[in-house]
Amino acid sequence: MQPDLHQKQQQQGIDVAVLVSIGRHPTTGRARRAEQDARGLELALAMEAELPGTRISMLHAGSQDDSSEAALRGYLGMATGVGMGLESMTLLEQPEGSDAIPALAKHLAATSPQLVITGARAERGEGSGLLPYALAEHLGWPLVNSLASVEKVENGVVTLLQALPRGQRRRLKVRLPAIISVDEAAPAARQSAFGPARRATFEITPTSPEADSELAQWHLAPARKRPKRLKIVKAASARDRFKAAASKSEGKGGQVLTDVTPEQGAEAIYKLLKEEDVLR
Amino acid sequence: MSEIIRRDPRREWIARNRLHPDHASVLAALGVNRGGAAVSEWLGPHGVVRKNPHAIGFIGPNDVKRIDRSGFQQGGQSAATTPVAQDSRRTVTIDQPAFLVAVVPDLTGGRLSAHDKDLLGLARRVADADADQPGAVVAILFGEHKGEGDGELKEQALGDAGIDRVVHLNDEFYAGFAPEARLAALSAVEREMMPRFWLLPDSPLGGADLGRRLALRLGERAATGVWQVEADNEASLGWRCTARGGAGSLDIQRPLPRVALALAECAEPVDETRHAAEQLTLAASIPTTLSRIEDLGQVAVDPAGVALAEAEFILSGGNGVKEWGAFHHAAKVLGATEGASRVAVDDGFMARDRQVGATGTWVTARVYMAVGISGAIQHLQGIQRCDKVVAINLDPGCDIIKRADLAVIGDSTQILAALVTMVEQQRGGQRDAA
Repeated sequence: MQPDLHQKQQQQGIDVAVLVSIGRHPTTGRARRAEQDARGLELALAMEAELPGTRISMLHAGSQDDSSEAALRGYLGMATGVGMGLESMTLLEQPEGSDAIPALAKHLAATSPQLVITGARAERGEGSGLLPYALAEHLGWPLVNSLASVEKVENGVVTLLQALPRGQRRRLKVRLPAIISVDEAAPAARQSAFGPARRATFEITPTSPEADSELAQWHLAPARKRPKRLKIVKAASARDRFKAAASKSEGKGGQVLTDVTPEQGAEAIYKLLKEEDVLR
Repeated sequence: MSEIIRRDPRREWIARNRLHPDHASVLAALGVNRGGAAVSEWLGPHGVVRKNPHAIGFIGPNDVKRIDRSGFQQGGQSAATTPVAQDSRRTVTIDQPAFLVAVVPDLTGGRLSAHDKDLLGLARRVADADADQPGAVVAILFGEHKGEGDGELKEQALGDAGIDRVVHLNDEFYAGFAPEARLAALSAVEREMMPRFWLLPDSPLGGADLGRRLALRLGERAATGVWQVEADNEASLGWRCTARGGAGSLDIQRPLPRVALALAECAEPVDETRHAAEQLTLAASIPTTLSRIEDLGQVAVDPAGVALAEAEFILSGGNGVKEWGAFHHAAKVLGATEGASRVAVDDGFMARDRQVGATGTWVTARVYMAVGISGAIQHLQGIQRCDKVVAINLDPGCDIIKRADLAVIGDSTQILAALVTMVEQQRGGQRDAA
């Protein structure tokens, strides 16, 4: 009886809050659903499919106008089934140029979800990627970045796969509640369906906005192309300068093994591979 | 040793006078004449170096005397004493720094990456801005540092990159994904040394993660994606930076905060000076925190599923590979991603998406193993960002041998088979021991 009940509690799933922002199309500059946040929502939907009873709530802090609403509806159209929890989205209303962190931290502390999923960085504005870290510091929760997938949730501990550079993965165990941030390594987001997106509603919650005064003082300009690094030749003599300009670069001259048995050659290669730590 | 050159005019006069009875002994004492041949270079009476061209050079083909002043070629008679190429870099020691600039390099694979070196160049610029009151660059290293070589050479590599002080934390609880332990260590450094700036590389899963955590811990609004730093008297810390924002679509100009995360190529790496890289230890012990994140280690990934452009270890086959079955087996045993040269792809032995080179994929592997590839220029272009290149080839004169860090001349099939046996033996032995 007792274990059965326990099983049931496990099966109930957890509360997941997905933080979404308004993206910017890289070529046209139009508002759209942000790439990384959509991947975060995709991850949450995958969790819901794995773990029945998971409740997803979406959260956005910003102003409400036509273009932003269209962008936010892009997220709402991602779940087509009834009762998937995407019939509405909480919108913490605050004017453009306000700091989103206090409003989000306050709301998350009040609703206390067990898992918060965000994109790694915003596509417009400062886009520094500091928000998940700021929330983790405010709430005192652990944070894991660059997530690839959620493997399982049990007894308040979530097992995750973190994406490492060069396609590698690392398995982590994190105590809930936690914040996880998602970037390009997570599975790509599904398409948004128009009908459910139209039917979904916004729950508008007014906040006491705090203006981001520091950002207002900075000078923002469209990105310039970064200058290409020049090959600087520091040569003492004319001969060296000429050589650097004319000759094609030769390698540092590595070790060449001639007239060795295959075993000796293999041993030298094996030693190098061990040294570089690529053999697992 | 004193820098002043002491001259003995009488001895120099004897050295010039070939008929003087003490001529030979004085020459030997002056140390000019090493090879036993005639003296070719001496200091003249006014401190000018005089040369005797008749004493140097060698007889080339057609009995013509040749003098090669580059010092590379040397004929039968040894040419004049060539001074050993001296290190022209200044040695800089900063004993009483006015302030500290803390840098936390990634130390990927135990070495300073190019990104780390750029960042250290930036740190040097910030530290050396005022020549009267130079600051010192403190590097906080987590994990093992391999360097190029052993012992002193290792320290030298750090000093050459522009590091004045090193705090090396090599405990096992910093290994893997341990942001909380690392953050505790950095907080201890902050309390003890109070650096004026913290600079970290904005690289995924290295400085980008740790730097943002550190910034929030210190209560600073970090500048991220910094790619340019300029002096600015109006800013509170005397510097202004340009940072990438809004997913690379914006340039943000702002005063440089205490914590900055810089992109690659943010500054030129240090190459004119060498620094002390003096070891420091923290006086206070670092409080151990109970981590809520547990690292279960890396997961075995199917190497064939890894994109060629970002694979860490590539085994690449070309025209010289005769037995493709053995090649695939070797890749599987070594755990390497497979690549191919254009010939192998054209001949149908490998898929087109496995082609490495200018027309295929530009790879960034840490170890690239080229089997039976002679190294066409297009192929060499494709592998120019690889760290270590291993070549197995029959022809010792081909171009890949010049590029390779380790080249083995021999039959690729046999060498690969021997390597596979060796790896399997080693693994079998380990399993027995366990």
